[in-house]
Amino acid sequence: MNKNIKLIGDGLVKNNPTFVLLLGMCPTLATTTSAINGMSMGLATLFVLVLSNMAISAISPLVPDKVHIPVYIVVIATFVTLLQFLMQAFTPAMYETLGLFIPLIVVNCIVLGRAEAFANKNGVIASACDGLGVGLGFTLALTVLGLVRELLGSGSAFGFNLIGGHDGMLAFVMAPGAFICLGYLLVLFNKIFKR
Amino acid sequence: MAAKSTLPNMVLCLGVTCLLCSAILGVAYAVTEKPIREAAAAKTSRSIGEVLPAFTSVEEITDGDVTYFKAMADDALVGYAIRSTVSGFGGPLTLLVGITADGKVYNTTVLSHSETPGLGAKCTSDQKFMAQWKGLDPSVATLSVKKDGGSIDAITASTITSRAYTQAVANALDTFRSINAPEPVSTEPGISIDLSGDGTVAPIIINSGV
Repeated sequence: MNKNIKLIGDGLVKNNPTFVLLLGMCPTLATTTSAINGMSMGLATLFVLVLSNMAISAISPLVPDKVHIPVYIVVIATFVTLLQFLMQAFTPAMYETLGLFIPLIVVNCIVLGRAEAFANKNGVIASACDGLGVGLGFTLALTVLGLVRELLGSGSAFGFNLIGGHDGMLAFVMAPGAFICLGYLLVLFNKIFKR
Repeated sequence: MAAKSTLPNMVLCLGVTCLLCSAILGVAYAVTEKPIREAAAAKTSRSIGEVLPAFTSVEEITDGDVTYFKAMADDALVGYAIRSTVSGFGGPLTLLVGITADGKVYNTTVLSHSETPGLGAKCTSDQKFMAQWKGLDPSVATLSVKKDGGSIDAITASTITSRAYTQAVANALDTFRSINAPEPVSTEPGISIDLSGDGTVAPIIINSGV
């Protein structure tokens, strides 16, 4: 049991997909225009990550080595499409904001990366914990990045305007601001956690 | 630990995986199809409600590549909500323009856009910009931004988006005129063209008897 809790913790800090592994940069940079958007993208990825990790760890002993990548991709794509249906049906507003980036979770290297590096060598429960940890780490990173960009770029936090009618620093809402914020967050994260 | 990679083995494995996954998605689609349709319909009727006064029934009409909604209150025509797409600064900008039976713009709303956040994207939040469409009378206002000699206040630093928005409303008004054109709307015989010189292009009214 302790091992599983440690796996979740590892995903948050030691294996943090954004700040340590630097995986999944495309959604990280593109969807974090606000804290809510970043968090939604993180949670969507978390959902796919946990389910695909569990499914892949369950089927991996049966999958011939030479076709394991196509099989994993099909499994991941199934969960992503499932998520897409569910979001379209029950959270249409969020689906509209994240739109294009939901199908792109299929090719998010975090998902396939965890399947390759962890799920196909470990049990179902451990893989679920790993998916949960890495997913939470991703969600946390995207929320923090989104929050910083939203604060600087639009002067609000989680949609609440903090600076009245004034304009924020627009660059931070756009792509260059994403790179700048991510760079400084990486510096900060490495300063705190790397000895 | 992985199974041996023989041809039948690989074909079987991929086949079974695909079959299972398609089956799961088939079921998921069947389950979510209705809520997805309802959500889309709810969004459309909410948008129509925003751009037109109260109505009781609405009918979707597709005429070529133009889609519009005819809103009725009991038997009287309330107006049309016309979908209008133009290219904005960052991609297609789609508006729903509500035009009441008297030819005035009642309100407009953005259905989808890809304008720059914080600049052009303000066309969905800038109160001053949005308010000027309410009750806009095309026979009085000139449909272009002030920079181009019209009467529309552009969003600061977003002239291209404002121009596109104005164009979309103008296109919707054109559509409205072509919807209304076959019906005799004037008792005056013959052709009347408003050439008042203020740049207004009034509808050309052709009496059906001519």
